[in-house]
Amino acid sequence: MRRGIGFWTGLCFTLLISAFLILPIFASVIAGVTVNQFVGISSGLTTRWILDVWANYGGTVLLSLQIAFATLVITLLLGIPAAYVLARHAGVTARLIEEALVMPVAVPGLATALGLILAYGAVGGLRSSWYFILVGHVVFCLPFMMRAVLAVLLAIDLHRLEEAARACGASWAQRFFGVVLPNIRGGILAGSLMVVTLSLGEFNMTLLLHTPFTRTLPVGLADAYTALRTEMASAYTLIFFALIVPLLSAMQWVVGRLDQQRGSR
Amino acid sequence: MHDRLRAGLLIAPALAVFLAFFLIPLGYLAVAGGAGGYSAILTEPRFLRSLISTLLVAAATTAITLFIATIMGLFLARVRFRGRSTLLALLTLPLAFPGVVVGYLVIMLAGRQGLVAEVSMALGGDRIVFAYSLAGLLLGYVYFSIPRTLLTLMAAAEKLDPRLEEAARSLGASPFGVLRDVLLPGMAPAMAAAGAICFATATGAFGTAFALASRIDVLPMVIYTQFTLQANLAVAAALSFSLGIATWAVLALARGASGGAAA
Repeated sequence: MRRGIGFWTGLCFTLLISAFLILPIFASVIAGVTVNQFVGISSGLTTRWILDVWANYGGTVLLSLQIAFATLVITLLLGIPAAYVLARHAGVTARLIEEALVMPVAVPGLATALGLILAYGAVGGLRSSWYFILVGHVVFCLPFMMRAVLAVLLAIDLHRLEEAARACGASWAQRFFGVVLPNIRGGILAGSLMVVTLSLGEFNMTLLLHTPFTRTLPVGLADAYTALRTEMASAYTLIFFALIVPLLSAMQWVVGRLDQQRGSR
Repeated sequence: MHDRLRAGLLIAPALAVFLAFFLIPLGYLAVAGGAGGYSAILTEPRFLRSLISTLLVAAATTAITLFIATIMGLFLARVRFRGRSTLLALLTLPLAFPGVVVGYLVIMLAGRQGLVAEVSMALGGDRIVFAYSLAGLLLGYVYFSIPRTLLTLMAAAEKLDPRLEEAARSLGASPFGVLRDVLLPGMAPAMAAAGAICFATATGAFGTAFALASRIDVLPMVIYTQFTLQANLAVAAALSFSLGIATWAVLALARGASGGAAA
């Protein structure tokens, strides 16, 4: 490429925007381990804020992990069979069902949550239990699991694989568990990482669905941002980053591997 | 026939969850507004004002984001350097941040103790603080929109045929002419798809405005205050049902127009 004025403008622009996206993250991480934010990093580093936050808000982290894990299990059980059916059927009905199942992504979480409260808010003890949040997360995350698995199912030659297995006398169960599932591992992994990441960070819905006894990590964060001093709020954010960044990196790695495989096929 | 029965049984659980926990609640939401709720949002000026400011904020976010992401997409699609994939990974990191965290990062950037304030004071100027103004809100919206659009636009830029650009250049087109007549028309479908995602996300976004306790009354904030503080369920339901239908329609239209490129 010719390194003319266009190149240098593009480079400066890209660096500027990258700084805008990345610097606040670093600023927040540093503030979370700084002794005194007003003085700055010269006041020294400490883990005190992180420990303080853990003592007060550790429960929100654990509840979020619990909800994310339960959401993952349910979306796996619902999403993989649904994606399998949608991949095998090409008709109008299948496309309409697919269109319907991804709808929850397009509707703001606030609206979905309000609907859930109106429909089930008065049903038994559901409103005050963590299952209520779980229901919301499953509805919101299911499309992501389904799409990740569906993308891989459509990329492999599902029909020929199944026919080959059938010709060898494999039953449906043997074909599904022995042939289909091992071939879509990558999609399942990508979908799983996506679901856990989304569930851990879900706020719009959870803010309405939670009760004082079922506060999740993002809800606790929102509380900390208004109530706590900068060091504590930053330390809390740091705990969130520590959970979410490895998950996201793993997801990017898996998706990159899948693209490579598709490219070499 | 056996096959069909199995397909039905396999997809039934997902459909049941969708019906019970999405469609039925949405139906409740649609009805809960009642005639009073829907007429209130049409006649009361403050709801109309909030609707207009929400649409303006979303439109401005979309315009700024498309401008930034198109330039970056074109640039990053053409250059190869060490650490490029790491940079891309960092740039898409904010995808996983909830709106509240983005709001907090805007405070880290443009709040009273923020980076901009520190730099402006170090340079001998005044303490510049704009996190809680319209500029701060826009900054937050653009922050979470760039990662959502950048990869789509970069992929579109990679698919452009370099020969078209060469041809235009050898026929004497200026760099601006190449951009206007070759590059942008080639990227237009991806820009429409990315723009629709951006617009719909910005219209429904809530956490960022919540964390910034912004003075700008965007619709999701109005819904939240009507529901929790005023206990005005009819208006909250009417507003959120209308908002939900609107964002869904924008995305569905974009997907139809782009042939599936929009998520």
